[in-house]
Amino acid sequence: MTLSGLDIFKLLPKTNCGDCGVPTCMAFAMKLAQKKAELSACPHASEEAKATLGAASEPPIRLVKIGGANALEVGNETVMFRHEKTFVHPTGIAVELRTSDGQAKNLEKIRDVENLTVERVGEALHSDLFFITQDSDNPEDFVHTVEATKQNSRKGIILNCGDNKALEKGLQLLKDDRPAIFLKSRLSEEVIELAKAHEASLILTAQSFEDLGAQSNAAKEAGINNLILNLNSENLGYQMQNNAILRRSALKQSFKSFGHPLFSYTKGENSHGILAHASMQICKYGSIIVLPEYDKAMLYTLFTLRQNIYTDPQKPIQVEPKIYPIGEPTPESPVFVTTNFSLTYFMVSGEIENSGISAHLVITDCEGQSVLTAWAAGKFVGEKIAKFIKDIKLEEQVKTRKIVIPGLVSQISGDLEENLPGWEVIVGCQEASDIPSFVKNVQLT
Amino acid sequence: MTFEIPKETNAGQVVEVKLGATSEQGGTRSHIITIGGSNTLPFHFFEGRHSNHPIVAMEVFDKLPAKYPEPLLEYYRDVIDSPGDMAKMCVDEYGAEMISVRLEGTHPEKGNKSAEEATDVVKQVLESVRVPLIITGHSHFEKINEVMKKVCEVTAGENCLINYVETDNYKTITAACIAYNHTVVAQTPIDVNLAKQLNILLTDMNFPREKIMMDPLTGTLGYGLEYTYSIMERIRIDGLAGDQMLAFPMLVNPGYETFGVKEARALEQDYPGWGNLEERGIYWETATAMSLLAAGAELLIMYHPKAVETVKKKIVEIYELGQGE
Repeated sequence: MTLSGLDIFKLLPKTNCGDCGVPTCMAFAMKLAQKKAELSACPHASEEAKATLGAASEPPIRLVKIGGANALEVGNETVMFRHEKTFVHPTGIAVELRTSDGQAKNLEKIRDVENLTVERVGEALHSDLFFITQDSDNPEDFVHTVEATKQNSRKGIILNCGDNKALEKGLQLLKDDRPAIFLKSRLSEEVIELAKAHEASLILTAQSFEDLGAQSNAAKEAGINNLILNLNSENLGYQMQNNAILRRSALKQSFKSFGHPLFSYTKGENSHGILAHASMQICKYGSIIVLPEYDKAMLYTLFTLRQNIYTDPQKPIQVEPKIYPIGEPTPESPVFVTTNFSLTYFMVSGEIENSGISAHLVITDCEGQSVLTAWAAGKFVGEKIAKFIKDIKLEEQVKTRKIVIPGLVSQISGDLEENLPGWEVIVGCQEASDIPSFVKNVQLT
Repeated sequence: MTFEIPKETNAGQVVEVKLGATSEQGGTRSHIITIGGSNTLPFHFFEGRHSNHPIVAMEVFDKLPAKYPEPLLEYYRDVIDSPGDMAKMCVDEYGAEMISVRLEGTHPEKGNKSAEEATDVVKQVLESVRVPLIITGHSHFEKINEVMKKVCEVTAGENCLINYVETDNYKTITAACIAYNHTVVAQTPIDVNLAKQLNILLTDMNFPREKIMMDPLTGTLGYGLEYTYSIMERIRIDGLAGDQMLAFPMLVNPGYETFGVKEARALEQDYPGWGNLEERGIYWETATAMSLLAAGAELLIMYHPKAVETVKKKIVEIYELGQGE
């Protein structure tokens, strides 16, 4: 909710003391409304003013952190659709550890998850959290699992334990690690106290909007603001509707009870169903998803989807400018050059690969722009390409003195030849998909 | 606590398109399939209507695709060279709701098969299955125009989905669709304005609105999915807001696009972090399909039987069981 200057003025002391650096309270109120000043500048502000203004300046969806030094941050989202601006904090991916699986199996799982990092377009992709579930007879198993996780991993931890004594022991082990407590049933006084004492976030579970709102309000009244919401439904269609409704209420109606990140434990009849469920949650507003198993192919798929959906639409994904070997090139293999827009790179490298030949693909730095855009902006022109080729010492790595440029920028060929003495420029095809036939019909080296 | 669900309604709705024709309409299909008709965003049953659920089609070929990966071939080895039998397998065993016949082998550089050979393949498939057909071409203008003209003629009355026309090459094929009463896919490269422009060109030829679908061009997961995804959301939002030239149902190609990329072919031993090859292909196609459903896709052409099974189950869960409390 936004407050007008006049709304704010009514909350100020109206003494025009000038201690805030602005001559009158009215002028200060106007600055506050425009977010050009902060209320803390006024030493005489009342508690009421602080509370009201504080609430109005809070982000519509609260930022929640889970974990110690490398804490996962979720929330703070401001749009319904990524094209409106961007999604900010990528979905946190948690892998579940169940005490019933036994210590040996869980230890192996912890190490596997901890060690899995996959690189894609220059980003290191990995999971973020462990979700520890107490489902064996002995509550001590839970404490041991938390301990093993803490010893072998630096990822954040969500605790799912029905036994409050074991939960408390787990929380004690995670001092300074900002854990989260997952509540399977309704919020209780006891859990509120535990969360407060150990500075843990709470993941609230409810079956209806009303109950979820009531629990959210109760937790806030007790002083816990780091909340994550789990509006439970077995049906994926309801989940998607619930997520849309919660997000919309928070963003468009400033409905504070629902202004928190969303949680989902992924379920499915088999691993494919789980993947389908997780994919939907990543696309539509899930801030934390839990996967029951460690499955590399599934994680890699979800990492990639998350990277795609959370990419800023204003900033294209770039690949590192350098010489990429396609197939198994020798110094005699042909040379292609294009820009470092990730899609351009993927298309061109894929089609060269499909053509069956090996080649050197030179990717120049065009700040992630596509061929025509980069050319229009003067980033993919003869002089710049020639300089890059000299900088990376291409001449020492290949014997050929022919270079293929994208057909869309045939106009730069003369310029490039001038800047690159000794080289012959070949104008390639306009579309990457025509590369396989192009390489068949043209002498490339 | 009281809470009122915030609802938004739309002025427009997605055009309803019918595919296939039964004997009553002059065709030989066992039923027709209706696509589109939504007046709200995907899954938003709480504030609108989805008259029809999304449809999953599978694809057969006039020529084994160059990039067809081994894990897929396992399922189709005995039938891949016999499009009629493969179509039957896809419908009877894997639950395909439509069949796409991809005529890539007619491309001059990919086999250069004749228009007659193409029509023979289409006829085989028409005889072996009773579901409505999609006829999928390529971008060699001269050749595909010749092929599609012939195909439209021999399938007259079947109301096939002719896939596709593009801005630089739409007149011949669209005219053939008018002459033989087929439905057409308008394909444009990931751009709202280009999509709109092509739809205007088609309707300027007096092509009926209820016979147009759009293909915004699918980038698979990791290869431009985010562009397709956001363009589809923008097209759908504008279409629902009342832009008649963007209110057409959308077709996407998770199968063709997924099984052309490295992730569907590279062995785990070469990329240990990527996990099991076959599972990876299924996951990749499923994740692509699910996200495109979220963005508004109404017709998905898919390849892997297990991905098809999963996505169909999820469509039932969302669209048949999940229609509001």
